Amino acid sequence: MKFKANVKVMLKPSVLDPQGATLERALKSMGYDNVGSVRVGKLIELVLESENIGEAEKAANEWADRLLANHNMEHYSLTLEPLP
Amino acid sequence: MSVKTAVVVFPGSNCDQDNVRSWKAISGLDAQLVWHKEASLPNYDLVIIPGGFAFGDYLRCGAIARFSPVMSEIVRLAKRGNLVLGICNGFQILTEAGLLPGALNHNKNLKYLCLDVFLRVENAQTAFTGDYSKGQVIKIPISHGCGGFSLKGSELKTLNDRDRVVFRYCAPDGSVSAEDAPNGSLDNVAGIINEGGNVLGMMPHPERLAEKELGGLDGRPLFTSILRTLKGGS
Amino acid sequence: MSAGSAPWLEHNLTQSEYELILGLMGREPNFLELALFGVMWSEHCGYKNSKAQLKKLPTQGPQVLQGPGENAGVVYLGDGLAAAFKMESHNHPSAIEPYQGAATGVGGIIRDIFAMGARPIASLNSLRFGNVDDNHVKRLLNGVVSGIGDYGNCMGIPTVGGDVYFHPSYQGNPLVNAMCLGLMKADKIYRGQAAGVGNVVMLVGARTGRDGIKGASFASEELSDLDQDKRPNVQVGDPFMEKLLMEATLEILEKDLVVGLQDLGAAGLTSSGAEMAGRAGSGLYMDLDLVPLREKGLLDWEIMLSESQERMLLVVEPSKVEAISEVFDKWDLLAVAIGKVTSDGNFTLRRGEKVLAAVPAQFLTDRVPIYQRPFSEPAYYQAAKKADLTVTQNQGDWSGLLFKLMASPNLSSRAWVYEQYDHMVGLNTVVRPGGDAALLRLPGTRRGLALSSDCNARYVYLDPHLGAAIAVAEAALNVAAVGAKPLALTNCLNFGNPENPEIYWQFVKATDGLAQAAKALNTPVTGGNVSFYNEYDKRAIFPTPTIGMIGVIEDIENRLTHGFKKPGHLIVLVGESKEELGASEVHYLLTGRDEGPVPSLDLERAARLNDFLVEAAKKSLLASAHDLAEGGLAAGLAECCFPLNLGAKVKSEAPVSAAAAFFGESQSRVLISLPEENLRALKALLAQSRLPHGLIGQVTSEDRLTIDHGREKLEANLSDLKVAWSEALPRAAAL
Repeated sequence: MKFKANVKVMLKPSVLDPQGATLERALKSMGYDNVGSVRVGKLIELVLESENIGEAEKAANEWADRLLANHNMEHYSLTLEPLP
Repeated sequence: MSVKTAVVVFPGSNCDQDNVRSWKAISGLDAQLVWHKEASLPNYDLVIIPGGFAFGDYLRCGAIARFSPVMSEIVRLAKRGNLVLGICNGFQILTEAGLLPGALNHNKNLKYLCLDVFLRVENAQTAFTGDYSKGQVIKIPISHGCGGFSLKGSELKTLNDRDRVVFRYCAPDGSVSAEDAPNGSLDNVAGIINEGGNVLGMMPHPERLAEKELGGLDGRPLFTSILRTLKGGS
Repeated sequence: MSAGSAPWLEHNLTQSEYELILGLMGREPNFLELALFGVMWSEHCGYKNSKAQLKKLPTQGPQVLQGPGENAGVVYLGDGLAAAFKMESHNHPSAIEPYQGAATGVGGIIRDIFAMGARPIASLNSLRFGNVDDNHVKRLLNGVVSGIGDYGNCMGIPTVGGDVYFHPSYQGNPLVNAMCLGLMKADKIYRGQAAGVGNVVMLVGARTGRDGIKGASFASEELSDLDQDKRPNVQVGDPFMEKLLMEATLEILEKDLVVGLQDLGAAGLTSSGAEMAGRAGSGLYMDLDLVPLREKGLLDWEIMLSESQERMLLVVEPSKVEAISEVFDKWDLLAVAIGKVTSDGNFTLRRGEKVLAAVPAQFLTDRVPIYQRPFSEPAYYQAAKKADLTVTQNQGDWSGLLFKLMASPNLSSRAWVYEQYDHMVGLNTVVRPGGDAALLRLPGTRRGLALSSDCNARYVYLDPHLGAAIAVAEAALNVAAVGAKPLALTNCLNFGNPENPEIYWQFVKATDGLAQAAKALNTPVTGGNVSFYNEYDKRAIFPTPTIGMIGVIEDIENRLTHGFKKPGHLIVLVGESKEELGASEVHYLLTGRDEGPVPSLDLERAARLNDFLVEAAKKSLLASAHDLAEGGLAAGLAECCFPLNLGAKVKSEAPVSAAAAFFGESQSRVLISLPEENLRALKALLAQSRLPHGLIGQVTSEDRLTIDHGREKLEANLSDLKVAWSEALPRAAAL
């Protein structure tokens, strides 16, 4: 079966996010005073083949753990959907 | 006539001093550094938007800089026909600001690249390139992570039809094939000019090879051309 | 008793250190106070394992305006100009997160330089990685190089040189040593001193978060797979913020608004505050309620140990606080008064009126225990000298061997690395990376400044004393090879666990060799950094005392580059070629073994060779100069042929085996080329310099390198060789 995985990788809340902080300042300087905290992350879409959704989840988690996110500064969340 | 030149400084610009230094060395004339928060730019004949990483190049290169107060003045001057030169990050900012078409994408190998490249002068009749000759091959360094020019096909045709591609990446012998564009630029585009012929954007850095001590002089005619245009004009 | 029974443990102190603290304080320190001691007495901040040996290094000379102990050393360059420069390691952070680790290493050393009042004009990097065939190593290499590039490029500081080597000893523990140099007026040096009672202490730049907490003590432990939980939050670099911080700082220094300043590096507010007070012999207090935080709820000790990047501590006269705030406002940066200089000698931390900690500053900075560690000669030392080198001597396919060598990870072209660095911004780079040393012109003068970094760690491993001396001599020769007189050096001493007597023996011997060579070559040590505990799975790295050398040429018009210039020019080999294949790159390539006697070094002759090159450049006798290093004569000749695609025809008459003639690594040798009409003048200068030499051949226009040695011959097609040499590293690095 084919699955599509969306892996959202974000910096951990305690880690500095220079891009987010700069965007926040820029929006404020453009006059949008109601802007709150801005954080920038990555969305990785990937397609994988697996026996079932459980196996797919296991695989995607492993890939995210080993490569897509660096646990020293990032965490990720994963959503999976079967593809026709 | 006297020539008034502004070099714009955004937070994160880093070739601003280099451009002042080059301009002075070549033209013998002064150039003013202008802070990005400046909301009026009276009567500058030439505005240079230098290389660097305005606002860290966060989000997209040039995306934040284009909202700086100075940009609306630059748009105004450009509409009046004054000369605007965007080099590297300056080119990226000009595209984000809509003064030039297209966008600059990540280099094809996804790496920052700093090296000498060869350019073919495609149009030697602009206000910026009169001291070159058409078809001349020049050596100029690039130094960027996002220099891959991209544009919709129909607009590219317009650019080509109107001779608005001013520089193309080429081989040392002047031939042009895709592999000569180290950044993967569409149609090997290295520099383009606007419809009015007064706004030029280019990724390569002419100021970096404009003195013998630095290893070459091929960037120099760009500045002498501008000077000739401004002194000859009005 | 509770955890309180051994309170020293969680601060990485020993029981005897704790007792020493009790004696000094005359009372039991509280948790926060002990945390201050823990970081300040770590090896990283306190140099407790290295200080005894570092005392041997020569640090004085008429050219030295500021020796070790400040943010960076400063030397006089002439024409009223001075250079601040220093090298520092960021090895452990780079092992964990190569991109950010390397980036923040670059950021840290840049702050050290502008903290002296100098505008940074050049960076270098000395990198060591494991076997490049390994995927993990490829990722480290790519991450580190782009981390360095992205940070330096964004700052607008050209990265003009460095060195990269690969060896399995660095497999789990890469080395990232970053060097930066800044230019200043010689009479405007700033120092990290909290002088003037009543002056205001200001924290400027980024907010403080939970970044890299305990990084300093982390740097003082070995890496292993098991300590994931112990690892601090990775510091993320913000080069954009640093660029603003640099511009704002240089602006307030230009306006004479500051008494003293220091960057916040390892151990953050703790080390900068204590060191600034310690140096001035004053006290200071900080109110932690006033420190701008990035997130709520940071504990006292977290604020004090945070290693959030892009921050500086200023000491300012009260009347100038407002002017400083105006400048930082313009750059959209925070500048907050958090305390004052006091006369009581204490480093005091408060929240409002409540005192959280009060420790005499000099207890933290000057009373660090100094350990003379036991050391013993490792067994490998004598054994490796007796290596059998006949395999290498008996090779026959010299051309094939040259191809393999030039395409090997350690000899192949470094363009893949330095082309990812902006090495031209600033318009001062007159000799670009890829040669012996980079050369920058000094604006407003005719002078040029040469920079090089170097260390052949295999030599140091096999013979720490001689190897470290060679590292100094080689770095000095690199600088002389562009025509500049070597002036001073900084270093980064990367070693394993100093508590291991055999590692400490390497450290003792290497610092002996470094001291001897620095004295002999008149290049004092103006600062640097020690990085111990570079081990992975209990295996230490090769001892790697990286040398960063600078030198001055009086007129850049006389600069030399390594490439041959014209067919017909004569090629002269200066120096003596001996039967020295031990510890060589070619022997390693053929056998995979690190063994054999390290090449000999005559420091007195090395000094004369440097002087000769400076003089020959000044007299414009030479068309090119290139120092011979790894790969010997054959590799050196190929490197001289590549830039302008010229050829060379050479005859070796050295009384050695063909292998040693082609690939031996005898020290203090330089390949020069010159037009024939200069030969007489050159010979006179060589005789006067008492340097052995031989006219060995000619530059040709052919696409061919030929070296004859008795009946043996090495012939290679140069364009094929250049392709192999150019393509090797990009291919090896590809993920």
